[in-house]
Amino acid sequence: MKAIYKRELKSYFGSVIAYIVIALILAFVGFVASYINLFAGYPNFEYALCEPYAVFALVIALSLLTMRCFADEKREKTDQLLYSLPIKMKDIVMGKYLAMLTVYLIPVAVMCAWPLILSFFGKVNMLQSYSTILAQLLLGACIIAAGMFLSSLTESQVIAAVMTIGLFLAVYFMPTIVDTFLPDSSMASFICFILMIGVVAIIVYALTGNIFAALGVGFVLEAVNLVLYLFKTSIFESAFPDMLNNLSIFNRLTPFANGTFDLTGVVYYLSITGVFVFLTVQSLEKKRYS
Amino acid sequence: MIKVSNLTKKYGSNLAVDNISFEIEKGRIYGFLGPNGAGKSTTMNIITGCLSQTSGNVTVGGFDVFDQPVKAKKLIGYLPELPPLYGDMTPKEYLRFVAEAKGIKSSAIGPEVERVMFRTSIKQVSGRLIRNLSKGYRQRVGIAMALLGDPEIIILDEPTVGLDPRQIIEIRELIKSLGEDHTVILSSHILSEIQEVCEHVIIISRGKVVADDTIENICNMNKEHPVLNIVASCTPDAAVAIVDEYEEVTHYAITECDKGTSLELTLMPGTNITEKLYFAFAAAGIPLSYFSDRVSIEEIYLKLTESVYDEEEETASVTEEAASDANEEEYKPMFTEEDNSDEGDL
Repeated sequence: MKAIYKRELKSYFGSVIAYIVIALILAFVGFVASYINLFAGYPNFEYALCEPYAVFALVIALSLLTMRCFADEKREKTDQLLYSLPIKMKDIVMGKYLAMLTVYLIPVAVMCAWPLILSFFGKVNMLQSYSTILAQLLLGACIIAAGMFLSSLTESQVIAAVMTIGLFLAVYFMPTIVDTFLPDSSMASFICFILMIGVVAIIVYALTGNIFAALGVGFVLEAVNLVLYLFKTSIFESAFPDMLNNLSIFNRLTPFANGTFDLTGVVYYLSITGVFVFLTVQSLEKKRYS
Repeated sequence: MIKVSNLTKKYGSNLAVDNISFEIEKGRIYGFLGPNGAGKSTTMNIITGCLSQTSGNVTVGGFDVFDQPVKAKKLIGYLPELPPLYGDMTPKEYLRFVAEAKGIKSSAIGPEVERVMFRTSIKQVSGRLIRNLSKGYRQRVGIAMALLGDPEIIILDEPTVGLDPRQIIEIRELIKSLGEDHTVILSSHILSEIQEVCEHVIIISRGKVVADDTIENICNMNKEHPVLNIVASCTPDAAVAIVDEYEEVTHYAITECDKGTSLELTLMPGTNITEKLYFAFAAAGIPLSYFSDRVSIEEIYLKLTESVYDEEEETASVTEEAASDANEEEYKPMFTEEDNSDEGDL
């Protein structure tokens, strides 16, 4: 794992990509922060982190960082070296993941200077600022894990980056879309769940190529859905919109900026990260079986 | 050292490796032969743990490649068909990285990297970026990578492809010297290379092992029907007159060539008239420019893989007919769909 980590880190800093990522994040956060803290005079650096500009810059920068991690290995056929090395796949994935996280730690470390500098000119709520920066770090960790997973699905860096940006833009706008278009009634939620399970079954089929597994999963979930709807209709009240809203990882940043250390948010970020790291290992292991 | 038993690999419905079994013994050089798409690389990829099998199993040094991959992989140095090199590193950095990843102690990495660079003579390019190296040097960096950590088994998939003749000879010498204290498996299309370097040959055709023996034995394979090839500087009639005196000759084919007459004699099983015939020609005052009772590995190879090609041609002509029957407009989209199938998997 250490060897992979060192090689990746060297390659990020050997090319221009690490510097672009760091500069992009810092430039946009700096721009938003100077607007909020310097022009508007708020002592809260954390507000800057929740601004759309800063969030978009973060998503774009991190997808640039993650796009090449496995896609490039596949294109250059160097993945064969990784497969033949006496290292477990999870260690290879962790080595790469930690290298990307290390690159991301640099702009986060620089951000940590902001509240300190602001404190020379007024009263700053340090705990609130630093807990938001921590949440921002965890949010980035999620995006990196998802980007790494998407990169492991394709041979093209561009496709990997576009998929990552697309995914997180969709997630960002999800609450708005949900509030505007989806009705709250339990009937609507029930129908949405039926459709969602259909999509899940299609994904299972695409991943395993096994029609029986896909149909099995689909039927079991649809049956559970139907039984729950018939016997406990009340829990379907706005269930689907709520579920989608809960998936929006950017909304989880707001409680931190408002002064609540939201432990569920921390757990939430860590579990999303864990799921994507796990999926990356699985997607690479699966390639062996193709 | 390596034991492959009942190995099968399917890609979708395409059977790449069909229930093959063989054993690799310690300390010998094995040649892996076969036409394109016969399943050579697939088999090598499974042995090295890069690919998983559909059924059957492979053990390396007693460790199952599937159940104990890390232990099995430690025994193997593998150079895939395309050397997996990082263009943004220098050979030295690259070899240091692989050495560390292979779990070599940090104090031993420096001398080990020096050793493999010396052995593959890449020291003079060790500071240049791999992406700027010529194909021959890249290939050597790949071989150096396989040698790192001095693994007991070295597997090289077509190591001399793209090298110039001098480099090919150098690499062959290197492989021979490796064979002295390692088990080497080498795949190649170049039959003379296999004949020169390897002691044992495994020929694969259409996913099946069609021959698994020493070069010596394979070349003597048709002892049941011994063959003599002769080129004599005389007229066909004179040659026939001599050959006709021996009743051991069951069948002969005669062609005139620019050196005189070329004869291919088929003898009765278990007979040997090599010397008698040689002296008979000498007594008649006819010089022989070629005289051989051995079959070259080329001929054996062609013979063993021949039936496969015949079948392939048949199926090819059938599909061609089917294709010409089909409407062209219908046929084309099918083709592009297949072409894009790789991207579709994404």
